[in-house]
Amino acid sequence: MGLITTNNTPSVVETEEIPKIVSPNIIVSSFDLLINWARRSSLWPMTFGLACCAIEMMAVYASHNDLDRMGIIPRGSPRQSDFMFVAGTVTKKMSEVVRRVYDQMPEPRYVISVGSCASSGGIFNTYSTVQGCDRFFPVDVYIPGCPPRPEAFIDGIVKLQDKIKHEQFRWSRWR
Amino acid sequence: MEPLKIADRLKERFADEVLEIKEFRGQVSVTIKKDRLLEICNYLHDDQDLLFDYLVDVCGVDYFGKKDKRFQVVYHLYSISHRHALRLKAEVSENDAVIDSVMPVWVGADWHEREAFDMFGIVFRGHHDLRRVLMPEDWEGYPLRKDYPLKGPEKEWRGFLEVLEKGQKLREFQWEE
Repeated sequence: MGLITTNNTPSVVETEEIPKIVSPNIIVSSFDLLINWARRSSLWPMTFGLACCAIEMMAVYASHNDLDRMGIIPRGSPRQSDFMFVAGTVTKKMSEVVRRVYDQMPEPRYVISVGSCASSGGIFNTYSTVQGCDRFFPVDVYIPGCPPRPEAFIDGIVKLQDKIKHEQFRWSRWR
Repeated sequence: MEPLKIADRLKERFADEVLEIKEFRGQVSVTIKKDRLLEICNYLHDDQDLLFDYLVDVCGVDYFGKKDKRFQVVYHLYSISHRHALRLKAEVSENDAVIDSVMPVWVGADWHEREAFDMFGIVFRGHHDLRRVLMPEDWEGYPLRKDYPLKGPEKEWRGFLEVLEKGQKLREFQWEE
């Protein structure tokens, strides 16, 4: 009796007639694959909105686009969340709060910058606006648009999931 | 009451104070001197024919380089019982950018006056709590003045510098860049 172990296929034993899945079977995979699969399948975003992109974000959470089917459930606390939408214009006065929310999130944490204001300041090249939220924390995915359509949001999340899928050895800081 | 008639009554009663009456598309603006503003406002508020009990808005205007007196404070008044409206404009010079607060007449002027102070630096005498309302408290300069640089002064605001500094400092606690 031999067990065939690959990354993706469950163990299959070749018998004379048909392939048969034996029970109990063992799946051997890389630890990365397992962890990344778990992480990307239940991304919990921080509930946090700044300007008009937040309205679009609420529409994405709501029933028509239904992010719950992707395992995305908005959380009320940064300590329970995996990533954050920076949805809207980041003013200098607000930047301190945005940074504090980011600091309270546990690692591994991700940031999706939504819309042109959060990504680059947008049309507000003025005294009060931060020219892109990546000035004070790292951003993983940028979603363009003013504001982006819900489809763009979903595409951004898929991009983030894809990024998580290809991560290696991101288990802890002291790996 | 017709807004032009209200303006005429105002002109009758405060002949020296009213500088100009202007009508545009049924809206009447009365430009006044700022010295007896409270008296005028009290009259508009209390007179039984006028009864302006609702202060819609207070805002500042900067006529930098266009008028002798640089600022104007504009009051939009409305009477809920009589359903008529009037616009009052009080001229304020740059050297003496102080005007009486209308809070004794309309309490709702509170935050509007704070905003005008925040954006234009017009001081409202008699206001109970004249702090900045939109900008951070330690912000320097008045952003809506016409001579204020659009992208802000050369010197970055201290609070934002602190955020940038914090971002650099906390980098070591991040798993990955």
